[in-house]
Amino acid sequence: MELNFVTILYVGAIGLLLIGAMGLVMGNNLFRMVLALVLAEAGVNLLLILAGYRGDATAPILGIAPAGVQMVDPVPQVLVLTAIVIGVGVQALAVAVLIRVFRAYGTLDARELKTLFEFDVAAEKGTEPPGSTQAPAGGRPLSPVPPRPQADEASS
Amino acid sequence: MRNLAAILFTGGLGFLLLVIASQLDFGQPPMRVGQEILNVAAGEVGAANIVTSVLLAYRGIDTLGELSILFAAAIAAGLVLGHRRADVPADPDGGFILRAGADLLFPLLLVVGFYIILHGHLTPGGGFQGGVILAAAFFIGVLARPREGLNHAVISVIEGLAGAGFIGVGLWALFADGAFLKPMLDQGTLGDLVSAGTLPLLSLALGIKVGAELAGLMTSLSDTEAPEQ
Repeated sequence: MELNFVTILYVGAIGLLLIGAMGLVMGNNLFRMVLALVLAEAGVNLLLILAGYRGDATAPILGIAPAGVQMVDPVPQVLVLTAIVIGVGVQALAVAVLIRVFRAYGTLDARELKTLFEFDVAAEKGTEPPGSTQAPAGGRPLSPVPPRPQADEASS
Repeated sequence: MRNLAAILFTGGLGFLLLVIASQLDFGQPPMRVGQEILNVAAGEVGAANIVTSVLLAYRGIDTLGELSILFAAAIAAGLVLGHRRADVPADPDGGFILRAGADLLFPLLLVVGFYIILHGHLTPGGGFQGGVILAAAFFIGVLARPREGLNHAVISVIEGLAGAGFIGVGLWALFADGAFLKPMLDQGTLGDLVSAGTLPLLSLALGIKVGAELAGLMTSLSDTEAPEQ
């Protein structure tokens, strides 16, 4: 694969996808994870479009190109066309869920939320909160346990 | 530990994708479907924009599926966010420039949106793109005057009618010609505004549906109560 324009495009598309995947796996803030998802989606769309690319071809529209000129593959373009609009819908849904989560818990940090969820689940089934008394104080390899939520804060 | 695993995972994914990409014979798309469609689409469908022929004729039922995904997303967002309580104060109106700009842009965006929808079979564009512009036309008004908002009931009715129109054209083709969403009517002259049979009708239904869907989605997002601090 020699270095040319198309190689750069490919590397850019894969790079966007990787940045998105990295953000999804390593991120702690849920909103940043949604943004990482958007980046990964852009990378995937670019990769799909590139799959139908031909160097010597024009856009697949009859009547604007001289006869006999090759056209690029229209099928990936259709897939991406719908994927973009679906992506917008999914992002709006994700943001809607985030708004609810922030309203209920006051935070978007994934680790804090996990602890708060566990407290809520334990309170709902009437058992002791998980791992709060005997858990190590923090440090590697276990992440520190955020402080137990106050009763009035949890009910608001 | 978690970061190390994440870096290993993304590195492996990148290596995999780069190896696959480097094996592709570039400039020769591996799929023969695209070439075949390019050869027959002009005669079979009669739309100058082959992307639209694929979207509404060859993969029409898939487009219907995408519409239902969008519908499900809009319904779910509405369910999750719920209604604003009556006693919660709305956001204040935008400034003069935003309000005047919204009034100025509304008719222009409507015209551009419908132009793009109706010329979907001739030029780059079509129902999805034009629909998003239509949604923007209505949403700018909501941004400028949050108190007035959009009527959710009207949006739902428009959306339902457009969806029913899309399915209705498909059913008509099913009963008249034996295939769901098969392009009907006369193909006309390639490149005319009235050509390609039922494709402009499907494009119009698709555009209005997408526009109403996205406008409703964004309105329910902007209509949410702010979290109590």
